[in-house]
Order: sequence, then C-alpha cells, then structure tokens
Amino acid sequence: MSTTLHEPDLALHVEDLTVSYHSKPVLWDIDFDVPPGVMAAIVGPNGAGKSTLIKSVLGLVPTVAGHVTLHGRPYKAQRRRVGYVPQRSSVDWDFPTTALDVVTMGLYGRLGWLRRPGRRERDEAMAALELVGMADFARRQISQLSGGQQQRVFLARALVQKADVYFLDEPMAGVDATTERAIVDILRRLRDEGKTVIVVHHDLQTVRSYFDWLLILNVRVIAQGPVAKVYTADHLRQAYGGQIALLDQGTFLSEEAAAEPAERVE
Amino acid sequence: MLTALLDNVALQIMLVGALVGIASTLVGTFLVLRGTSMLSDAIGHSIVFGIVIVWLITHQQSGPVQILGAALAGVLTVFLTELLVSTRRVKKDAAIGLVFPVLFSIGVLLLNLYARDVHIDTHTVLLGEIGFVWLDTVTLGDYRVPRSLLSMGAMTLLNAAFVVLFFKELKLATFDEALARALGLAPGLLFYGLLLLTSGTAVAAFDAVGAVLFVAFVIVPPSTAYLLTDRLWLMFLYGIAVSIGSSVSGYALAVAWDVSIGGMMAVMTGVFLMLAFLAGPRYGVVAQLLRRRGQRRHNEIRTLAVHLFNHEGEPEQGEENVIRALRDHLRWDAAKAGRVVQRGSDQRLIVREGEALRLTSRGREMAREILDPSGRSAA
Amino acid sequence: MSVVELLSDYTIQNVVAGAALLGLISGVLGTFAVLRRQSLLGDTMSHAALPGVCLGFIIAGTREIGSILLGALATGALAALIMLLLTRMSRLKTDAGLGITLSVFFAIGVVLLTHIQGMNNASQGGLDAFLFGQAAATLRSDLWIMGGITAVALALVAALWKEFKLVSFDPEFATSLGMPVAWLEVLLTVMVALAVVVGLQMVGVVLMAAMIIAPAVAARQWSRRLEDMVLLAALIGVAGGIFGALLSALSRGLATGPLIILSVSGVVLVSMTLAPERGFLWEAVRRVRARHRLRYQQVLTTLYRLAVHHDDPVYRSEQGMLDTYHGLRTRAVLRQLEGRGLTEWQASPPGEPGPARRWVLTPAGIAEAERVLASLGRENA
Repeated sequence: MSTTLHEPDLALHVEDLTVSYHSKPVLWDIDFDVPPGVMAAIVGPNGAGKSTLIKSVLGLVPTVAGHVTLHGRPYKAQRRRVGYVPQRSSVDWDFPTTALDVVTMGLYGRLGWLRRPGRRERDEAMAALELVGMADFARRQISQLSGGQQQRVFLARALVQKADVYFLDEPMAGVDATTERAIVDILRRLRDEGKTVIVVHHDLQTVRSYFDWLLILNVRVIAQGPVAKVYTADHLRQAYGGQIALLDQGTFLSEEAAAEPAERVE
Repeated sequence: MLTALLDNVALQIMLVGALVGIASTLVGTFLVLRGTSMLSDAIGHSIVFGIVIVWLITHQQSGPVQILGAALAGVLTVFLTELLVSTRRVKKDAAIGLVFPVLFSIGVLLLNLYARDVHIDTHTVLLGEIGFVWLDTVTLGDYRVPRSLLSMGAMTLLNAAFVVLFFKELKLATFDEALARALGLAPGLLFYGLLLLTSGTAVAAFDAVGAVLFVAFVIVPPSTAYLLTDRLWLMFLYGIAVSIGSSVSGYALAVAWDVSIGGMMAVMTGVFLMLAFLAGPRYGVVAQLLRRRGQRRHNEIRTLAVHLFNHEGEPEQGEENVIRALRDHLRWDAAKAGRVVQRGSDQRLIVREGEALRLTSRGREMAREILDPSGRSAA
Repeated sequence: MSVVELLSDYTIQNVVAGAALLGLISGVLGTFAVLRRQSLLGDTMSHAALPGVCLGFIIAGTREIGSILLGALATGALAALIMLLLTRMSRLKTDAGLGITLSVFFAIGVVLLTHIQGMNNASQGGLDAFLFGQAAATLRSDLWIMGGITAVALALVAALWKEFKLVSFDPEFATSLGMPVAWLEVLLTVMVALAVVVGLQMVGVVLMAAMIIAPAVAARQWSRRLEDMVLLAALIGVAGGIFGALLSALSRGLATGPLIILSVSGVVLVSMTLAPERGFLWEAVRRVRARHRLRYQQVLTTLYRLAVHHDDPVYRSEQGMLDTYHGLRTRAVLRQLEGRGLTEWQASPPGEPGPARRWVLTPAGIAEAERVLASLGRENA
C-alpha cells in the first residue's frame, strides 16, 4: 500500500468542517483526507460524530462551515461516483419489498426521472446479489431476511451504484461472522480494483486486520493516516478516555511507535 | 347567587363551556404527555355507538348509568385498538383509524334503522348545541338546573378527584412506565381508568359540544400549556386558564358574530395555542429563533477560534489563518466572514493583523476548552 | 330487486361509480400514507376540509361542486402543512399536532357553517351533508370531477413511482441520490387531500380515516411488494366501495358511507385472519404444529433416554409413567409414533407386575431419536 499520493486529487478531502445539530456543534473543524484506493475506517466513541461526518459529506446534514470534495469536485457534481450504505436500523424492514427490489433502488439515481428499471437493471441487481452471496434470496420479502442478510442486501444496493468512493455506516454492526467475512472480502476486492472504501467502524479489535487507513474521531480529529502509524494506545486513549481500559493492552503497537506523531496527509 | 346564575343564560353557557374545558384538560394533559392524544379522537367518535346502544337498551339518554354505559364504548375502542396493535400486523396510528370508524358506522346505521325511536340528531352528534343547554333542566330542590351543568360539574369533580388522588402514580406512569410497573403501580390499569374518565367526559360533554369539538377541549389546552411550562401542576393550571379564557371569549365572539358558540370556543383554544406556539417564553417559535440565532453567532465565533487554534504553529498557518481562508476553506461568504471577524475582535478573542488572524490568549483558552479531551473524558 | 335492475338505475349507477372511484384513489394513496406512518393524516385532512367546503360556498355564492372541492383541497392541505410546522418547530409530538389541527380546523368549519346558515341563502341546503357524505345525491357532473381528480392522482403516482417508493422506504438514501426528498414527501402528504376531496361526497369527513387506512392494511397482509400492495389496495377499495353502495341501494334507507366503511373493514378482518404468511389463522396453525412437533420429539427422546439409562435398547416404558413424566397425556402422540413405525405397543412378559402392554422403541425409532438429539445439540451449540 503506497501512502504517498501520485495523483493530484484525493478521493475524499474534508476541510475545516463544522457541523451542528440543534445549534450544538457535534463536529469541530474537521480536516480529513483519504487517498484513492484505500480501505479507511472511522472510529471513535459513541457520540463522536462518526455517522454525522459521513452524512455531512453526502449532504444529508447541513454544515456550519467548511467544504468537502470527492476526487477534486464537490459532492453534488460527483453523485454518480459515490455509493452509500446507511445504517441498517435506518429503515423499516417490514416494508413490502423484495431483496431484488431494494438492490434495484441503487440504480434509481442513474435512471433519472420518469424512467423505470427494466430487464437490464434487474440483471445488474441480480449480479450484485450474487456477488454478496444472496442470489437465492432475491425474491424474498426483506422482513424474512436475517440481520446479516439484510446488511448484505444493503451492500449489494451500493455495489450496483458502480461508484469510485463507497461510504458505509456501521456495516458490521450486529451481523454474524459469515456476513462480516463476506463484507470484508467484497470491500477488499473493491479496494484492489482501485476504489476507495470509507467505513464507520465500531470494533477496535478488527481495525488493524481489516483496514489500511484510519481516522480516530471524537468531535474533533484525534489522528489520521495509515493504520500502522495511527493505531496507537496514546491516540485511542485520547479518543476514548477511560473506556479504552476494556481493551487488551497487547493489541497495541510498541511504545516507540506510540510516541511518534501521526502522519497527516496534506 | 345561585338564583342569579340560573337566571343568567349567558353565564350558564360559559360555565358549561369552561367545565367541558376543565374536565377535558384534567384527563387530556396525561394523554398529550403520553403521546396518545389521538385516542380522544377515537373515543369522541365511538361514544356515538355507545350512546345509541344505551338508548336502545334503556330508552334514556342521560343519567349516571347511561353515561357509564356509553363511556364503555370509548374504552372498547381503546381495547380493540390495543388488541390490533398487539398482533404486530398494524401500527398504532393505523389501528386507531381502523377501529373508531367501524364503531361510528355501526352507530350511524343503528340510528338509520331506529330513527323513529332514537331522539338523537346526527347533526348534534358532531356539533353539539351548547347554546341550548339552559333549555334542558332538572329540578333540584327549589332550583331548575341545566342538565349539562350538572353532568359536567360531576365529571369535573370526578376527574379532579382522580387526578388529585393518583397524582403521584399518574405522573410516574406517564414519565417512566417501566419504573411504575416495577413498583407495582399497574400503569395499564391506571391508564384504562384515565380513558374511562375521558370517555365519560366525552359522553357528558356530548350534548354541549358534540363528538369532534370535544377533541379540541381535550388536546388543545394541555398542548398550549405544554408549550408554556415544564412543570406538571403548572400545566394543569395553564390548561384550565386556557379553557376558561376560551369559553368566555368564544361565547362573546359567537354572540357578536351570530355563529356556533361551541365552535367558537374551540376555535379560541386554537387561537391561544397559536399564541403560545409563536410567542411562548421558552418554547415559542420567536424565542427559539432568537435563541438559535444567538447560539449560531456564538458557534460561528467558536468555529473560527477552533480553526485558528488547530492551525496555530503548523506549517500551513500562513495559508489557513488568514481572512481569505474563511472564504476558501470554511466557505463563508465575505459578509459573514467580516461579521464573525468583527464580533471576534469585539469580544477580544482574535486580533486582526492585516490579512492574518491571530488568537488572543482568551480566544486560545476558549478553543482549548472546546477541544480539551481530558475535560471530556473526565465527564 | 335484482342486481341487473339495480345497475340500470341512474342514481345507483352514480353512487356505485363514485364509490368505486373513491376506493381506487384512497387505496392507492392510502398505501403510501400507511407505510409512511401517516395513517391518521387522512382523518385530520378530512375534518379540516369542512372549513374549505364552507369557504368555497361563501366565495362562489352557490352550492357549486367545483369551488367547494377546491376549498376543501386547500384547507385540507393547509392543515397538513400546519401539522408539520407545529411538530417540526415546537416540542409538540405528532399525535398532538394531528389532534390540534383536526379539531381546530373542524371548529372553524362549524363556525363558518353557522355563519352561512345565518346568511339565509336559499341554496345553502345540504352543506352539512358533507359531514356524513351524501352519496345518493351524486350527479353525473360530480363524477366527472371525481374521476378527473382520481386520474390526476394516479398519473402522479405512475410518473413518480420509483421516487415515491424509495422516499417511502429509505428517504436518507433517496437524498444521497440527489432526489428532492422534502418536495416528494410534501407532495405525497398533500395528495391525500385529493382522496379526501373525492371522499367528502361519498362517505363524509368523519369516516374518511378508514377509507385511507383499511384498503392499505388489508392489502398489506397479502402482498410482498409495493407494486402488489398498491394494486390490491385499489382493488379492495373499489370492491368495498361498490359492495357498500349496492348494499345501501338494496337496503333502502341505510346510509351509504357507513356501509362502504364496514365493507372495507370487513376485508381487513378477513385478510388479517386468512392471508398466507401474515394471517392469524396460519400463525395459530404454525404454533399448534410447532407445539405438536415439540411434544412428539420430547416423547420420542424420553423413550430413548430411558432405554439408554437402563442400558436396554428394547426397554419397555409404562404408559402411565410417560404421562407423569411429561405432565400430560401422551397416548395420542405415542399412537402417532407407532403409526410411523417408531414405537411398538408390546405385551409385557407374562408374570411381570404392572400393565399388560408397554411401549418399546423400534430400531427406526432409535435412529430418529438420535437424529433429533443431534440436531438439538447443534442448535444449542
């Protein structure tokens, strides 16, 4: 994994972003860059603003200050190059629709007004379902799927978007081990194709084995950069405070690495 | 004094209106706080069914037994609604909207079938005739007292007794149902008691204001009070004040314009609500807008302070901590950037040196406080 | 009177056609309202249409259907918007917002109604019929207007189908795709007022709530996809409307509105009971079957454990002991096991005390019991 940039553009460039909910800031002056072709994790304690960061990048919550570019241009101009997997709990899974229908929804943006999804769109959606190992469940009503299967359907919906940058909000929360494996494999494949994958992640134990880029967030940026440099006891303690005691100290890097300041990509 | 009241039709009408409002507010406050106010809509409609049934059985429309009987129809609505919800096939709002029209429909059809026997006008079912309450009287000793005044007075006393006796329990069951259950308070039973009284109030108020306007008296005064205070007992006080105010002003305007008295009283509850919604001291729209603007301005300065602090002493300081960066990086327009810098300098948080912006020690202290992780992790 | 005769009656034709139109539009729009948890918005909007009816009359000066329906549409939609404002901009919750707009708008309607009555306008007659509907008074010209409104609503739903679908299911994702979600949501909400306007004539303001909710809830029980649900809701709405209208024509004197409501509500009851997958009846059958299977497995494994415990593959178990062991009568279950060749009802050896016959596992029964125990072990692991 090369961390130096050969291209002038960053996959994601967030500059001086401040976001507030009910006039109370939840993100303070965030500077955050992700080079293309990495798998990046956003970690931080509850209420750190991880989901809010993704949502403000996608224009789902208004910003107080700052700006965001994706591959050098603002989100509105790059919508077709972005795929999004919201939190599974954000929708009503009792909605009358099938897995295939949900995946086809990923193509609605490309279709534009008045055009209906046809055979071609259905084939694309089917292919995406196959990729996540859910082809057999295409006609299932979504309420009959397990949590892990629902999450895979959501992932398939993002896959049909054929994006360059993918944002995933806690895709591994509350899913079974098989699904977690499958999701990580697919995300790695995307990265190896040169796509950029940005994931809000809750499980510190798996950060180092899954990801190669890391942002530690707690209302402000604690540290960011390649996982090897950023994943240190010191940074995690800064972000999580006392909660970090729960973690096994053995999972951290040596003290020398911890003493080095994190590399910032400018 | 009683004679004076009984000779004064206007006073009687206003008193009945106020009693409808007060009795409804007493139960409505808990309905609004529990987020189940639409149950009063369902109850108001389905007691039509109860009244018709009770009439067909007893051939009488008023009296305590009749009120109780008709009120049971309201409780039946709630029971059927909860039964539907418990099947998990239907959400609560849909269940409410399924049950009461069925009962109302059956009530109307029974009226159709037995129209000759039942002296209930479908018109008054919905509208009530508060202007005529003084015509229907009962003799009490030496006095002829309007029936509505009697039944509403009794309902008000009953509701007040219930609320006063179970104030503590109702409060707990409303704000923390799980705890109430753990303490053995049977919140479900308490709730059904409340709904029985709501239905009883609806039946008693039926002649005066009808099924739909009753909903206004249950929901609007407590909602108005909810926009004005956080204290439960004050909510009752404000709700009662709104009820009395609406009754008096509604009567006056209805007489002046020659329109429905009950309707005008209900409209006045809406006027009071609008006033509280717009001009309420804490939760009113104007107060909120002012507070938000203050917070937004404060946050703009804080945003600037944090921005300057983050880039202070870093190599990019020359590029970031300048006026131009507010436009290019923070994406503020020139006017906003100028405003924030001006206010920041006025509050001695930043100093402007040509193009460059620098934090004062006060400004640095403020930014550090915002970002201080030790303070947060200690919390 | 036969149905053919009924259908050749001019008035009844109008009523049936009107009821069918109402069922069609409220089935389609109600589906979205119910799925978006706005079931009671129809109730609020229909009550809030009353002041619009009166305003339309006051402005037009006559009982002219066009201006009356326009007024109803305007105040119905206004009430929905005020409801949204009240809940978005204050601490009031949705239920209070709905109740406030419903009752206060209705009160304004009552005030206007009495004001009109005070004007002594000869043509005011029957304005308050909108409270309960006046299906029998439906004219051919009314039908054209109702048909036009229904056509507009259906055309909008068809044109914006995939947008409405995504906004109802996952508004956040729709926003990320760049859809104007706020506008689409307002449109879906305000369109319910179109159904209300059609319903005013047929069922009146009070019963409109059920017309929006019932066909959608009934259809939901049978359908897996939004496409099916909308079509089925429309069908149920139309069928319920026609059935109610015919019933009212046959009964002579029974109001049409309540009969339509009872018809569609009847379909809800039937659907919730009988629909495959979601019906209560099938759920009860599934539960009984599951309990039955559980008992069958329990008895079988008990026999197996007793045999293992006594280290005797042909251990004979007493019926009475098995009953005590399970706390209930096991004879029926054992008979079934016997029917499948898993147990045998063998005679006890002569001279042994106790009952004359006892239960023994067959080799097939032993194999089955081991299979059950193994699968239970897997589930517990």
